[in-house]
Amino acid sequence: MEFERPDFSLAAAEIFVAVMALVVMVAGTFLRRISRELGYALAQITVIGAAFITVFSVNEPTVRYTFGTMYVSDWLGQVLKLFIYLSVFASLLYGRLYLIERRLEKAEYYVLVLLSMLGAMILVSANNLLVLYLGLEMMTLALYALVAFDRDNGLRSEAAIKYFVLGAISSGLLLYGMSMVYGATGSLDLGTVAQAVYLGAGDETVLKFGVAFLVAGIAFKFGVVPFHMWVPDVYHGAPTPVTLLIASAPKLAGFALALRLLVGGFFGLAPTWQPMLMLLAVASIVLGNLAAIAQNNIKRMLAYSGISHMGFVLLGLLAGVTDGSHQLAFNAYSSALFYAVSYAIMSLASFGMVLLLARTGFEAEHIDDFKGLNRRSPWFAAMMLFVMFSMAGIPFFLGFFAKFAVLEAVVAAGHTWLAVLAVIMSVIGAYYYLRVVKVMYFDEPSERTALVASSETRVLLSANALTLAVAGLMPQGLMSICAYAILTSF
Amino acid sequence: MEFQTVVFYLFGAIAVAAALGVILVRNPVHAALFLVLAFFSSAAIWLLLEAEFLAIALVLVYVGAVMVLFLFVVMMLDINIDRLREGFWSSLPLGLLVAAVLVVEMVLVLTGDFFRQWPAPAPLPADASNTADIGRVLYTVYAYPFEIAALVLLVAMVAAVSLTLRKRKDARYLDPAEQVKVKAADRLRVISMPAEKE
Repeated sequence: MEFERPDFSLAAAEIFVAVMALVVMVAGTFLRRISRELGYALAQITVIGAAFITVFSVNEPTVRYTFGTMYVSDWLGQVLKLFIYLSVFASLLYGRLYLIERRLEKAEYYVLVLLSMLGAMILVSANNLLVLYLGLEMMTLALYALVAFDRDNGLRSEAAIKYFVLGAISSGLLLYGMSMVYGATGSLDLGTVAQAVYLGAGDETVLKFGVAFLVAGIAFKFGVVPFHMWVPDVYHGAPTPVTLLIASAPKLAGFALALRLLVGGFFGLAPTWQPMLMLLAVASIVLGNLAAIAQNNIKRMLAYSGISHMGFVLLGLLAGVTDGSHQLAFNAYSSALFYAVSYAIMSLASFGMVLLLARTGFEAEHIDDFKGLNRRSPWFAAMMLFVMFSMAGIPFFLGFFAKFAVLEAVVAAGHTWLAVLAVIMSVIGAYYYLRVVKVMYFDEPSERTALVASSETRVLLSANALTLAVAGLMPQGLMSICAYAILTSF
Repeated sequence: MEFQTVVFYLFGAIAVAAALGVILVRNPVHAALFLVLAFFSSAAIWLLLEAEFLAIALVLVYVGAVMVLFLFVVMMLDINIDRLREGFWSSLPLGLLVAAVLVVEMVLVLTGDFFRQWPAPAPLPADASNTADIGRVLYTVYAYPFEIAALVLLVAMVAAVSLTLRKRKDARYLDPAEQVKVKAADRLRVISMPAEKE
């Protein structure tokens, strides 16, 4: 095999994050006295630095490859990476006080967060089944450890074990599917696989089996029904800053996994995987919304709401399979990307609010803990109102346009019944979001202590929630970024 | 019979016998040692297939590292053998059923034509070294996944250390560095007192 010297500059952001993670680890070991502040500062510097590298390394929107064809640099990857940085930045900032109060703030926490982010970045830019799998493993392995980070707490350990065992099974499914694809096409490179699938080379039965396992593996990582069992327990059991992280950056990486594998690699087999996605999406939207109504714990409620949101993302993906109209397919994929990004922003704000209400020895995990928030802090009650309205899809918030774009694509692809079902379930789902609003504004507060939060958290959380309202009034900016990313990458 | 075939059957028989030994002997330490033997004979079979790197890696990694660790664990844990043996006869029919299904499946797979799609590879020249070949692609074509795999191992290490390392508060431990740095003034305090007379 001839070897071409790889262009390292394309992967500069990944290399920077990897080096900085090692720096944080070494600094945390040798400078133990000051490592708390240092670890946090270095981690945030890394995230900001990586964002700068990503923004400035791409001038023209061309698709370029390096490390053979294992690494792909395109606008889809850059856009997703920027939102992953944003998620990690916000989760570190919102969660800092929580970690300090519970004596969890150690250098290792930041090392694991950075390595998890690196795994997500590798996954987003992967163009090879092997690299895809390794990136996924790096991201989730670090997350398992982060869930168990508060190791003396039984709830955390239980959640971590559940997450680890189910995650290992899903990795097994994914690997099994990949091995079948390799057996049928003789290649791990996604471009070669796509070509072989398109030309009908390779045993079709084996390929279809492989795709079924790949879809199951993707569904596990997305947490959609019937592979959702881990989601509520892990969201509930993990320390809230880690829940915040799991609910944002890995969802974006999972979206990249689904898009690169199914659309990039197996578009030739779309008639096989489209019905599977349809089943998963319908089941998630129905079960997610109905089960969320019964929850009293806000983290579990948000977990079930996340399941239904992921169902919407799948709706956008499956709507891209039309009878040959490229325009419709582009609209569908960009609507799915728009939905995934919007969900990440919304879940950052929602778990940020849960963190804001928590303080030493008290977790604001129950919906009742939001009682009378309007009396305690009218400003943050309004922010939570924005978040809940946006998640429910009430016009004119960001969540409304995300749902609208996906439904438009679904109708355009000719699945009107799917769109009707999704709308009905969203209306049912609005109940549990509005219940939080009712509790905040019309119930008597059970306590009257002021909220404890650093000024940076207050500013960023307000900005985060206000984004939902402002981007809802002017969604064109974000929408055109998503459309452009899809258009230039496929 | 060719010499290679004789060697194959010899090591194959040893591997099967050792595998049976793993599950049949009563002493867990002996079972672990039988597992070592099974690994070793599989490595010999791999050598026959001209996969010398995999064979050596199997001996170094599994026999050398994993099994030694495993033996330590077996010896540290006080395993009650009789309790493990309970229910052997009652679950035997189920076990035999599963084994029969496995045998049928393997016969179907091996006699099917799926594995005959590709011709047998030509024998390598005598001076071919697949260790060198693996090394050559591992550090060039596959350098990127190789580095990622290294970082995945780092994640596992950081996770294991941060989840299990505890400072014991009750241990009576003296730091030698602190001991060496001690000065006379830390141990003896000279107090000036006004001289007093009886």
